[in-house]
Amino acid sequence: MDLAFWITAGWTVAAAGAALSFRNPVHCALCLALAFAGLAAFYLELGAEFVGFAQILVYIGAVAILIVFAILLTRASEVDEEPRAFPWAGVAVAAIVFITFAGAIRSSALADRMPAREVKPVVKQLGMQMFQGSYLLALEVAGLLLTAALIGAAVIALQEYPKRQD
Amino acid sequence: MSLQHYLIVSALLFAVGLGGALTRRNAILVLIGVELMLNAANLNFIAFWRYGPNPELFTGIIFVIFSIAIAAAEAAVGLALIIAVYRHYRTVRLDRIDSLKG
Repeated sequence: MDLAFWITAGWTVAAAGAALSFRNPVHCALCLALAFAGLAAFYLELGAEFVGFAQILVYIGAVAILIVFAILLTRASEVDEEPRAFPWAGVAVAAIVFITFAGAIRSSALADRMPAREVKPVVKQLGMQMFQGSYLLALEVAGLLLTAALIGAAVIALQEYPKRQD
Repeated sequence: MSLQHYLIVSALLFAVGLGGALTRRNAILVLIGVELMLNAANLNFIAFWRYGPNPELFTGIIFVIFSIAIAAAEAAVGLALIIAVYRHYRTVRLDRIDSLKG
């Protein structure tokens, strides 16, 4: 259990760091897929199987591929030509945010909490909660949101052809 | 593993995503940073669900399922916007996209 955690943690954080530090955006997108896979492994480790597989389907299967397509469509894959100075300000802000979070987590009363008992979320129970319980309205709204986002994305990205002259 | 291990990993992922979103010039890489921050939040939800007092209610899991759905919508619209901006400016570099009406 411990070894699995450390392997997953190292892999996820390294892939996330690589995803934002490579110069070639295609390499970044592939490292992002690796980081998503590491997060899915975390979810499986924590016992949330449905979310783990949903993560693989949605993030690796759709979002990462969408990003690769956007890179291909925008010629963003051209590597930055001019070398830039190391961005100290942004890295310093990120480091300060992490130190603040880490301090808050370390001093929290919940820090050393262990899981109370083993719970196996059965997909059937999850489905009952979502489709019969109090989450039904939220589910409908999420469906509406996804439809609107789909139509909106298509409209925004639609190529505007010049009008023909004949 | 105790709860704080997962929270620290999540904070680290959030900081990496934030640093990327702040330092990269390419709009698509900024979007990648935002996605990483969203995923760090999802990891927190799952960790708190697993270590919380009432794991049989599945609150954290259901929250993450909705969060994934919304993140997918956000990625689709964000990338469509980047493609539309690219068509107009012929670049996705954020330091060159600096006029509101042009």
